[in-house]
Amino acid sequence: MEFFHKQTNFPFMATRKVWYALSVFLMIGSFVLLGVRGLNLAIDFTGGVNAEASFANTANVDAVREKLAAAGFKDPQVQNFGSSRDLSIRLPPTPGQNESSIRARLEPALKAVDPSAQVKDLAVVGPQVGSELRTSAIEALAATLFFIFLYIAFRFHTWRLSLGAILAVMHDPILVLGLFSLTQTPFDLPVVAAVLAVVGYSLNDTVVVFDRIRERFESNRRLASDIALDQSINQTLSRTIMTKFVTSIVVVALLFLGGPVLKGFSEALMVGILAGTYSSIYISSAIALDCGLTAEHVFPSIKKTAADHLP
Amino acid sequence: MLEYARWKYILIAVVLALAFLFAVPNVFGDDPALEVATKDHSAMTADAAKAVESYLKEKSVAYDKSYVEGGRLMVRFPNVPEQLKSRDVMSENKDFKDKYSTALSFAPRTPEWLRHLGLRPMSLGLDLRGGLDLVYQVDLNSSVTQLLEGYATDARRALSAANVQYKDVAVVASGSNGPDSVRILLAPGVETDAARKALNPALQNVGFSTQSTPGGGSALLATLSTATIRERQDYAIQQNITTFRNRVNELGVSEPTVVRQGANRINVQLPGVQNSAEVKDLLSRFATLEFRLEDEEHNPIDAAQTGRVPVGSKLYTKTRIGRPILLKREVIARGDQLTSATSQTGQQGPEVAVKLDSRGGDSMLKTTRSNVGHHMAVVLIEKRRETTQVEGKPVTRDITDETVINDATINGVFSNNFVITGLSTGEARDLALLLRSGSLATAVELVQERVIGPSLGKDNIDKGVLALEIGMLGVFVFMAIYYKVFGLVADAVLLANVVLLSALLSMIHQVLSLPGIAGIILTVGMAVDANVLIYERIREEIRKGVSPQAAIRAGFEKAFSAIADSNITTLIAGVVLWIFGTGPIRGFAVVLTLGIATSMFTSLMGSRALVTLMYGGRRKVARLSI
Repeated sequence: MEFFHKQTNFPFMATRKVWYALSVFLMIGSFVLLGVRGLNLAIDFTGGVNAEASFANTANVDAVREKLAAAGFKDPQVQNFGSSRDLSIRLPPTPGQNESSIRARLEPALKAVDPSAQVKDLAVVGPQVGSELRTSAIEALAATLFFIFLYIAFRFHTWRLSLGAILAVMHDPILVLGLFSLTQTPFDLPVVAAVLAVVGYSLNDTVVVFDRIRERFESNRRLASDIALDQSINQTLSRTIMTKFVTSIVVVALLFLGGPVLKGFSEALMVGILAGTYSSIYISSAIALDCGLTAEHVFPSIKKTAADHLP
Repeated sequence: MLEYARWKYILIAVVLALAFLFAVPNVFGDDPALEVATKDHSAMTADAAKAVESYLKEKSVAYDKSYVEGGRLMVRFPNVPEQLKSRDVMSENKDFKDKYSTALSFAPRTPEWLRHLGLRPMSLGLDLRGGLDLVYQVDLNSSVTQLLEGYATDARRALSAANVQYKDVAVVASGSNGPDSVRILLAPGVETDAARKALNPALQNVGFSTQSTPGGGSALLATLSTATIRERQDYAIQQNITTFRNRVNELGVSEPTVVRQGANRINVQLPGVQNSAEVKDLLSRFATLEFRLEDEEHNPIDAAQTGRVPVGSKLYTKTRIGRPILLKREVIARGDQLTSATSQTGQQGPEVAVKLDSRGGDSMLKTTRSNVGHHMAVVLIEKRRETTQVEGKPVTRDITDETVINDATINGVFSNNFVITGLSTGEARDLALLLRSGSLATAVELVQERVIGPSLGKDNIDKGVLALEIGMLGVFVFMAIYYKVFGLVADAVLLANVVLLSALLSMIHQVLSLPGIAGIILTVGMAVDANVLIYERIREEIRKGVSPQAAIRAGFEKAFSAIADSNITTLIAGVVLWIFGTGPIRGFAVVLTLGIATSMFTSLMGSRALVTLMYGGRRKVARLSI
């Protein structure tokens, strides 16, 4: 079986201005959304209320969730814990909350499900992700971008490709965050992990295209840059789509069968994978082109780079 | 003609065999278990184990198996309710409660011979499988009191220096929110303004107010500003958090979270640990050491019997040297002067190598110089806080245990570098760990202990695992259809990658959490990509009309730089996140970094080896099944 028997020949670079406009629009949109609407941070980040309740009989998790929502608790997380008669309930923080006022609202809601229900423990908890994690995450990402910039500049002999790669890598997670802000899907720790994975996919795609650009320039130094880039993207297109398709099989399975806990996680991955494909074509390569990338930049001397050793 | 070096085949075979061995414990699952450990950290004896077993039988707790492992008794249960019951039953027995600490955990169902090889499955994080959730309360008042006592000393000094007469200087509470002030009772006739003038430069961040006293004379109240109090409390919490983190890290629990909860509580989450007695014990212990000279002129047995302790000495009845001992009151060095402590095995068995700072070293040098041949003892001071129910009301008390753990002859003059001998292996390890991991700024009390059971979100986890399995199966089937025989090679390679990655994660005792699973999904994606890159390249070559074997060679060679560069770039991201990241980010980075290493190995070497095995031997290959 083969989807791409014939070599495609799409003029990707010719339309790049349109796509720049789209990306700029999406980026500005994402920033505005993040600034105005913000993320719907889950209890991992915000802290909230942690309660435990016990029932005389098996607790009906769904009914409890419904009653809590009806009692005005937003996004209650209800899970079994310890045994089928014990529930762990997590509620997002509400302004002016204190333990007794929450208990006064929580207890009747639970008793409405089952009169035997008892709130055993109730505590207002701090966020699992402290501000220190946030700063360390930003430092870590900044350091990552810096080292990737250096590595690509070293391997491909030009900052133009480095710049393209860094911008593409920043583009995709921002888009994912913007989308999460738009849909107000709860943003929890698994989503953070998914965003990191998106960075990984995006990087991978970008470098594969770069490798082909290097090869095109190597075989023909006088090739016009936009043609070389178009050829590179077209020649790697079957691989790009194949890889994305195969990875999507796993992500789609997680999205539809993984249950509510993995929903945000798999949505972020899905969007990130699509964005990564797009950005490796229209951001990383196109930006390098507009920075004036030529064969001389990738091959500064006549000497061949000693890249291709076999394992 | 395709060739591949023989040593590469051998390397691949050896690596895969080892990986299989390390990964195999993961397939057995685990049983709920109860860990029983002695409180003095000695190993469980067979008799003691039997006593516990027969007690459990007597209380009709059904257990599967019980055995002593690593000095601890492990009792396995068929289900969680029996496990929970066993803990309740154990805590009812007063004798056992004093002697043992119990812990709920999961014992891997790994066969014994694998366990003996030290092979263990990786454990799952708090988000996947639950774990130990502890809440400690920090005594913030005592921390503020410490600060106020410093102010009181300064006040006395300032008043004396300025010749202002005072009757008393004491730490008091001005309101109902605990101690916040220093009260200075002035001698009759002394003006408060004069006192305030003397105190102003010495006491900063305080507000002064005057009080009249019934006994004549006036009193000056120096109250800390709320900002200063909050700052002090934050400092105490922060220092305790740091100490907890150090201690948790020393225990080797990965992805722990230690966060502040509310005003005066600290929440510690230890995934996978469930409820380890050792952890709880170690976390809340405040420990320090004192080095003191032995009083060799008096008889400690007499002192213990008569209760008359010679002036300048202190009697210790709790010792690990088998007799009571009298020690001189002067302390040569203290635990806070310690810079390092490591356990090691010396000529006389297990020992702890201790390093002191220069102040401790000077004092040690001075003492040992004039006391060679005399005895020096090491006193371990442990403080903990215990709440007991007295007539239905909780009563909290601080318990200080002072134990003489070692008494040795000073064999020579030494200063800041020496060893403490005469310990058991377990004691040496524990002592070094306790000393190293720092002391707690203020006493803490365990106020809440939650075992987040395996059923927490079990449905969700089952769903997630099933989805992952279906997704992987989909990938396998699709690869086989799309790339035919080469697709099957890719499937074998992907499988080998998963085995290799789980082996590595098990080897380093990584706790697997959701971010880690994201790392695995990314890694699988990268491994698929590597294979796709190679096969698409081979197809490209075939399209050009190159012979099958040459196409294979060219495919691998040309895809190499793309695979290497993209993987190394991602590897850089993984390593940097590993170094700079914390918590979930590090969990992701660890898996990603190892996963890229394994996927490069399997995709480049493994798949080349397999393809060469199939198409290399024959002289002429007419067609490739790709």
